[in-house]
Amino acid sequence: MLTELWNDAAGGFHPASAPDFLPEERLREVQLRRLKAVVARAYDKVALFRSRMEERGVRPDDIRSLRDIARLPFTVKADLRDTYPFGLFASPMSDVVRLHASSGTTGKPIVVAYTRDDVDVWSEVMARTFAACGLHRGDVVQNAFGYGLFTGGLGAHYGAEALGATVIPISGGNTDRQIMVMRDFGVTALCATPSYFTHVIERAGELGVDMKALPLRVGVFGAEPWSDAMRARIQADAGIKAFDIYGLSEIIGPGVASECDAHDGLHVFEDHFYPEIIDPQTGEPLPDGAEGELVLTTLSKKAMPMIRYRTRDITSLLHERCACGRTIRRIRRIGRRSDDMFIIRGVNVYPSQVEAALLAVEGTLPHYQIILSRDHGLDQMAVEVEVTAEVFSDKVRALEDVRARLAHAIEHILGIRVDLRLVEPRSIERSQGKAKRVIDRRNA
Amino acid sequence: MKLQQLSLFLENRPGRLGAPLEVIAAAGINLMTLSLADTAQFGILRLIVREWEKAKRLLEDAGWVVNITEVVAVDVPDRPGGLADALKALEGAGLNIEYMYAFSLRRGDKAILIFRFEDPDAAIDQLQKAGLHVVGAEELFQHMP
Repeated sequence: MLTELWNDAAGGFHPASAPDFLPEERLREVQLRRLKAVVARAYDKVALFRSRMEERGVRPDDIRSLRDIARLPFTVKADLRDTYPFGLFASPMSDVVRLHASSGTTGKPIVVAYTRDDVDVWSEVMARTFAACGLHRGDVVQNAFGYGLFTGGLGAHYGAEALGATVIPISGGNTDRQIMVMRDFGVTALCATPSYFTHVIERAGELGVDMKALPLRVGVFGAEPWSDAMRARIQADAGIKAFDIYGLSEIIGPGVASECDAHDGLHVFEDHFYPEIIDPQTGEPLPDGAEGELVLTTLSKKAMPMIRYRTRDITSLLHERCACGRTIRRIRRIGRRSDDMFIIRGVNVYPSQVEAALLAVEGTLPHYQIILSRDHGLDQMAVEVEVTAEVFSDKVRALEDVRARLAHAIEHILGIRVDLRLVEPRSIERSQGKAKRVIDRRNA
Repeated sequence: MKLQQLSLFLENRPGRLGAPLEVIAAAGINLMTLSLADTAQFGILRLIVREWEKAKRLLEDAGWVVNITEVVAVDVPDRPGGLADALKALEGAGLNIEYMYAFSLRRGDKAILIFRFEDPDAAIDQLQKAGLHVVGAEELFQHMP
């Protein structure tokens, strides 16, 4: 690495970020060259891609401009499951240096592979992520993303090392130890899921540790949607700047997109991951600025190229130049997933809508859980909300009033009746990774 | 003259009432009295104990949200009409009662009424003017076994 020769001290421009500032014309050239190469590779090496392209009558040399990407077939998560474990690999196992797998909440997990070059690209985009979050050589990064088959831990680890920062590979869980390390090792930045970090804040309070007095100044959060209100709370309670990052194993892991200091959308590292927005119903491409489903094509992946992968994440693509000067486009913060959404009595509901209602009433986000059930064929939605010291009262009327206001706020946003239940503190299971916000018992 | 009452939130399901009481019992803290206000969905347990600060800390450590409220105790003769007379005096004073509960002392011939007022200081004033006996913490806990 050439980092030694660059000004990568605090406050300076980090060399890892250079591709973020490519002139647009140059960026499109790089993308087109890489797109042609990856489509040719996928067609040559992966049976599924070749047969899908043949069905559509598309050949690799039909890709002459970036617009031609719309002629290519989509790839979906089921394709990875159906070809489990190695069916979409474009490299022989002798060139694969790493395998990861998704947690696989339903049935078989999905497996993803990396060549040496892929790992280098991944380290680069994660270094660019951390640089965008204002980290430098000299920062001490506590990496509480899970290590193991999950891509979060090792992805962030390699990126922080490539940046020149000091990494503490603590992984997730064991909250008391997290707090001890954070305090004793002079940690300046922490990576975690936002829901786990709120748990860390809560526990630090119980242990009498003042997070605001610690050197911790940056939080890098990802792997699940979180609201702006939750960000405001995290920033105020921990005295840090909280950044949203985005990624998915099927594409590379974390490192697909990251916020910068402007906190106005996430820059997609589009020299490696080509973004499109489509109408999730029709599959038609939508123009920049329109909201729809994010579709990504890996432009430089070797072991496992992905062509037009449907992420199920709902966002829009921002073309306007960002205040930070980066030329790469941004996606809006992802508040919802098209598969996180559930339908109850014909109404589309996203957990983030419930979250917004709870925040509006309580000022802070209490722990909550949505429980869906079916009673005599009719869908019921219950929201369990833990009672906090802020809202608890010795008067029944005051608590009934809190309950009614919470229910009303949710009903107002969703337009459907909810059974709002106040539950005892800490009765809802705490997540060490992604928060489980919805329990669907309708088909139990 | 005011008493510190502990309140805590309970879900209305079997076994929930016993858990906080066990925490208090394990620490050897004696309950003077308790009251449970409940709805179909949740309950609020209110406790009067001598060592309220210790009880609060223990309950919070065990995970409950505990609230401290100032309440006022009045004693009345433990005979038919004793409570009615006291309430008549209260109504005459125009005091607003948020809630109340009552219990008899094990020894003696008195019943104790616990009142939650919006403004306990003003209420104590009015109660005394109305000729009722307001029982302070020291006097009340003398009756503890």
